Amino acid sequence: MTTTAERPLLAPSNWNPLSLWLSDGWTTTKRNLIKIKRTPDMLVFAVIQPIMFVLLFSQVYGGAISVQGTDYVQFLMAGIFAQTVVFGSTFSGSAMAQDLKDGIIDRFRSLPMSSSAVLVGRTNGDLVLNTISMIIMMATGFLVGWRVNSSVGEFFAGLALLLLFSYAFSWVMALLGMSVRSPEVINNASFIILFPITFVSNAFVPIETLPDPLRVFAELNPVSALVQAARELFGNEGSAPVPDVWTLQNPVITVLIGVVVLIVVFVPLCIRKFASITSR
Amino acid sequence: MAFIEAAGLTKVYKSKSGPVHALAGLDLSVPQGTVTAILGPNGAGKTTVVKILTTLIRPNAGTAIVDGINVLENPKAVRSIIGVSGQYAAVDENLTGFENLEMVGRLYHLGGAASRRRAQELIDLFELTAAGNRPVKGFSGGMRRRIDLAGALVFNPKILFLDEPTTGLDPRSRIALWGVINGLVERGTTVLLTTQYLEEADQLADSIAVIDDGRVIAEGTSDELKAQIGGHRVVIALVDAADGAAGREVLARYGAGEPLVSGDGRGLDVAVTDGPPALQHVLADLRSAGVELHDAGMRRPTLDDVFLKLTGHKADKASDENEDEKLEKVK
Repeated sequence: MTTTAERPLLAPSNWNPLSLWLSDGWTTTKRNLIKIKRTPDMLVFAVIQPIMFVLLFSQVYGGAISVQGTDYVQFLMAGIFAQTVVFGSTFSGSAMAQDLKDGIIDRFRSLPMSSSAVLVGRTNGDLVLNTISMIIMMATGFLVGWRVNSSVGEFFAGLALLLLFSYAFSWVMALLGMSVRSPEVINNASFIILFPITFVSNAFVPIETLPDPLRVFAELNPVSALVQAARELFGNEGSAPVPDVWTLQNPVITVLIGVVVLIVVFVPLCIRKFASITSR
Repeated sequence: MAFIEAAGLTKVYKSKSGPVHALAGLDLSVPQGTVTAILGPNGAGKTTVVKILTTLIRPNAGTAIVDGINVLENPKAVRSIIGVSGQYAAVDENLTGFENLEMVGRLYHLGGAASRRRAQELIDLFELTAAGNRPVKGFSGGMRRRIDLAGALVFNPKILFLDEPTTGLDPRSRIALWGVINGLVERGTTVLLTTQYLEEADQLADSIAVIDDGRVIAEGTSDELKAQIGGHRVVIALVDAADGAAGREVLARYGAGEPLVSGDGRGLDVAVTDGPPALQHVLADLRSAGVELHDAGMRRPTLDDVFLKLTGHKADKASDENEDEKLEKVK
């Protein structure tokens, strides 16, 4: 047995750092896209829970929840969309934890690739998965009577805002995934974070119905701002006055600021963490 | 200066039962174009050495230079001249064998066309055709290992690091891998591998560094090490344990050290410098002494023999440590 290629096999020398970075990012993104294609059950899990919630809230609990000036399904769907993208971003966490366990992180870290490429590919993969999930969830909403009552531009702005938030949140989850000891831990750990921020919010019930301490939390909760922004951009808000809190009065700007803060804080943290992790 | 030069490498891990000294001032020097084996039992620090030299972890103290590049100061430059295959198959389960190798090629920045060409060459070389076009998920451990090893060779590296490369391989794949390694060395690749098997180190390595407790305890060629531990061992099994004293006396006559006696008193063995003649003498003397034998033969020294000789303890220290940990928990 002999190896047939001649040494040295060298990188094309005309590549500049930017094109190397783009190439690495695309290579690792493709890896995650193939995974989405080959494991469709992942997509099923990403949407089955929100679909159950749509049915549960619109058909079972919905009758008991009254929203001023609109029917409950119109009110509900923005909350469901926010829940879908927030939970969808946990794939980055579990996938990083799994990569660490499988040892493929060691392979990547021993290659002369960009140090952020694995994370970029990972979060890009989540973005694609979340986009597909959103399309499925919007179709589901349509079936139960949800309608967009705004312009095409506003509709796409709302969709973009949801996906932008999910992308930024993927980095938070990726950091968590690199910090836990096993992929099994990540689901429990992320649930502890995700449960309060999605449910103690205006996603499923009007915020003013909550008791005081929870109401304050819900008002300041960034997910509430995301839901409020989506509701306004899709034209689904009721006639009840929006709570007099700056973040909910200016939800789109709040979400954009939140996205920038998450990116600025968590991208460098993730890259630094990645440079020190290794499988056991 | 040697091609790989490590000095005073120290690595301490935190653990629940206190700090674990994975490396305690390890020195290592590998000349260019040679194969060096790090031989040691589980927990001796083999993987830690490889991880430090391949930029995956940083030591607490010490220096490491690879091809003139300081590993701690310029890890990225090191990564562009090395190939690594770790203890666990580092492959993406959802990708096919071909896709895994192509991805590694692209991340070495070989470009798309060259990456695909190289991936196909390696698929053929490692007889991975079956895994080439199907996701790795469905394949055996041995097949995954081979894809991982092929991954280390995607870019013909100047230096190849192999951490227990044949663990989990069937004998045929093992011999094929040895062939690949020898082929690479002929073309000038420097190889550093770790192993628990003296036989493997013997087959592949120009020089062997025996490590224990994070330190090199012996270095040299396979012949030099064997000379230290006395080459072959003559082993006899007595029919009657009562002949033990007579058997020991005969073995001591031709052996290079004190004969060892098994727990039941019927198994005896001793290191010898010249195997076959010693065995003939031993058998002749036992016969004239009227000692009846169940079995007799010669065996090559194992890692256990090396360790017993060099450290006075057996190589299965790792399991002792686990025992200690268990005791710790009970307390």
